[in-house]
Amino acid sequence: MEIIQYLLVLFVLFALSRAYLRFKERKIKIKEFIFWLLVWVFAIITVLVPSTAGNLSKILGIGRPADLIIYLAIILLFYLIFRAYVFIDSVEEKITKIVREVAIQRKKKK
Amino acid sequence: MKTFIVIAAHNEEKTIGKVIDDLKKHNYSNIIVVDDFSKDRTREIAERKKVAVLHHFLNRGQGAALATGNEYALRNNADIIVHFDGDGQMDVNEIRGMIAPIIEGRADITIGSRFLSKKSKIPFGKMLILLIGRIYLRLFYGVKLTDSQCGFRAMSRKAAQMIEIRQDKMEHASEILIEVFKKRIKYREIPVTIKYTKYSTKHTHHGKFHLWSGIKIAFKIMLKRLMK
Repeated sequence: MEIIQYLLVLFVLFALSRAYLRFKERKIKIKEFIFWLLVWVFAIITVLVPSTAGNLSKILGIGRPADLIIYLAIILLFYLIFRAYVFIDSVEEKITKIVREVAIQRKKKK
Repeated sequence: MKTFIVIAAHNEEKTIGKVIDDLKKHNYSNIIVVDDFSKDRTREIAERKKVAVLHHFLNRGQGAALATGNEYALRNNADIIVHFDGDGQMDVNEIRGMIAPIIEGRADITIGSRFLSKKSKIPFGKMLILLIGRIYLRLFYGVKLTDSQCGFRAMSRKAAQMIEIRQDKMEHASEILIEVFKKRIKYREIPVTIKYTKYSTKHTHHGKFHLWSGIKIAFKIMLKRLMK
């Protein structure tokens, strides 16, 4: 095994442990945990058996295995950005509600 | 019928006083000014005019300010709520025409249109963007109106309770129309005259309404509806 493989495996295990802890703390739902589990298990398989990515890319009709990884990474990133956007938006909505309620309550007191 | 005039004001110290005086002259006594964290003397001037002034302690945008005004008016038993601008672009004389169909029960919301009357001199660039906005709302949400971005509107208590303004910024104008069509609220378009003065095009959101913000509005509306 190459050094890069050790490093990547360590990183993936670290990431998986984070996801598991979040799940145990009930900060994320079971569906989310399974999602992360699948992502990282796929990552660990491709790291340990690089030919997996090659076979999979052949099945999907993507020329080079590295391209497949990049495509998947981009899709994942887009999804995460969308999630972050949704989260920020809901926080913004809550801030507005607080500002509104404070404005109305203060008016009542006068 | 208890009619409330809601003015969302953000840095309008030069015009807000005159707008309030005008409204009072026409016997509109229930005036709500929502000061959206202005950095100038807007709040002070409005308070001196003895109208209800609600103050946002953070800037949340015009849509949020109007929703605050609506909420306050509803809690104070408003029968009719009118949205009016604080920058002097709108004509107080036209409020009567806006609320008449609601009083007579012919509509639950009236929406001002700059295109039905030929008196508004809309700058060409703005006209083009408004046209694109109109086509967009028509295609995606079935909104059949001539003016999709007019801020002059009046609504019955029922309509105000039904319409949920979740878009804090300029997107609220389109959002309200989408709500009207989705919830089948009885609407009517009323021709209004909007004065494009040097002040209003330079100092307020109206002047900033460019193609880019139009695209952003469309994008935000779609995302927000995706999230529901």
